[in-house]
Amino acid sequence: MLTDSQKKNLLIDFVLFLADTNLILGQRNAEWCAHGPILEQDIAITNISLDLIGQSRNFYQYAAKLLNENAGASQLPHNDLTEDSLAYLRTEREFKNLLITELPKQDWAHTVLRQLLYSLYSQSLYNRLLNGHDVQLSAIAEKALKEVAYHIKWSSEWVIRLGDGTDESHERMLIALQALWPYTGEFFIAATYETSITDYNVIQQEWSEKLTPILIQATLEVPQNVFMQKGGKQGIHTEHMGFILADLQYLQRTYPGAEW
Amino acid sequence: MQIHDLEKIFEEKIEREIKIESKDWMPDAYRKTNVRQISQHAHSEIVGMLPEGNWISRAPSLKRKVILIAKVQDEAGHGLYLYSAAETLGTSREQMIEDLLSGKAKYSSIFNYPTLTWADMGAVGWLVDGAAILNQVMLCRTSYGPYARAMVRICKEESFHQRQGFESLLVLSKGTPEQKAMCQDAINRWWWPSLMMFGPKDAESTNSDQSMKWKIKRKTNDELRQQFVNMAVEQVKLLGMTLPDPDLKFNEVTSQYDFGEIHWDEFWAVVKGNGPCNKQRLEARNKAHEEGKWVREAALAYAKKQQARISVKVA
Ligand SMILES: [Fe+2]
Ligand SMILES: [Fe+2]
Repeated sequence: MLTDSQKKNLLIDFVLFLADTNLILGQRNAEWCAHGPILEQDIAITNISLDLIGQSRNFYQYAAKLLNENAGASQLPHNDLTEDSLAYLRTEREFKNLLITELPKQDWAHTVLRQLLYSLYSQSLYNRLLNGHDVQLSAIAEKALKEVAYHIKWSSEWVIRLGDGTDESHERMLIALQALWPYTGEFFIAATYETSITDYNVIQQEWSEKLTPILIQATLEVPQNVFMQKGGKQGIHTEHMGFILADLQYLQRTYPGAEW
Repeated sequence: MQIHDLEKIFEEKIEREIKIESKDWMPDAYRKTNVRQISQHAHSEIVGMLPEGNWISRAPSLKRKVILIAKVQDEAGHGLYLYSAAETLGTSREQMIEDLLSGKAKYSSIFNYPTLTWADMGAVGWLVDGAAILNQVMLCRTSYGPYARAMVRICKEESFHQRQGFESLLVLSKGTPEQKAMCQDAINRWWWPSLMMFGPKDAESTNSDQSMKWKIKRKTNDELRQQFVNMAVEQVKLLGMTLPDPDLKFNEVTSQYDFGEIHWDEFWAVVKGNGPCNKQRLEARNKAHEEGKWVREAALAYAKKQQARISVKVA
């Protein structure tokens, strides 16, 4: 049996996993801001980025609260953690985001497909949180689910449009599907801290059932027998991760302790 | 109706402060001036996204990151409203964008300056959006209806941008010695280019007279510039910073602040394409456009297929 404090530490890691995943995907999507293929879509992907960073902030704030309570209880000095200290002062190995979120944005095909693959997953995950025991997570999930529904609508429309568009766009979707598919496996492998998610096999099934008809409409086939990468949830990242954090954390690292 | 009568109706409307609408008769030159000005304005919003977009990935806190992304996104929205307003005069957005990408159309020179430190985000918000607002508040009453209405929506957001920029500088001004220095340095670099945003002196401005008569503009470049200086002098005090102009002095006779001579040779150099970032800005816009080509083609191809499928079903 786990003690209460062990349970709390696992919860903190889980909340950080959610926070990091949304932040890093938000950071990647924001790279499109001012560089999108069409003005309206520049605005749309930027909106999604804002939603994801907004979700990450809710999770970070909750994680900070839990950590500060812990520190208070054990009278550790660090009882002043904030969303920013968690986002800006942790290292590559401490970040628990899914690997798929840190991959370079590449082209529009990669971007919209990644969004779809991830949003379909987060929808199922958030539904578990919505109905779970943790009141705070349930409240965050409730708000996030409305946004995720839009992200799924937007990205599935683009996946279909590009898959069933021109020869070139179809080809690009195939390349994106091949590149991103190996990073979907770790979605469904519970990390030790995911104690509240007990039905990943069901989540995976839901995910496939939602995704398959979209891919069929996009005239794309579900890849078979692909070797799956993993490690993000445990802080074993791709080589891209250090560069993302170098950018993200630059000012906080250069001017320690400054307020912005 | 005779052209002469149409012209009389047009001029009466201008005289009586009735907005000109897209279906109304208007002199060719009025149409052209508006297309030029509105599309330049739209291009400025779009190119203006680049210098600020430069700091999104490095914003120093999550709150600042969200504020900055939302701001740059607002500018995209402004670009959209303005392209739509210009389209009511019969020029397509594609054509306008082509003119921007080829370098034929102009945009505000201010965006050809680089954003070198985080403090530039605050300085741009405070000074650049601040200068833009004065122009835009005036344009809320411009004689061409669609332009005036677009401006009303835009102005609300711009004043928000200016306040956010100022607030961000205020935090720096109360921060560490490095942050204070960063703040002052940004003000030093953005001050003079911001004054240039109002354009050439009235005596040398070629388009001004006719635009004033047609009530496209209602204040001259120099009037707006003076208004801006008066405002900034007061606000910079709240920051505990200074403006980089030794000649800045209150004039008891005019009750305005006199200021030093603008470096017009720099102004013209940037207008002619030799600013620090002219090349990069156009390249970035061209790159986004080129790389987005297959996306736009695919969207079009898919829409056509869908159309065909629907008509088959109907038949
Ligand atoms: Fe704007
Ligand atoms: Fe603005």
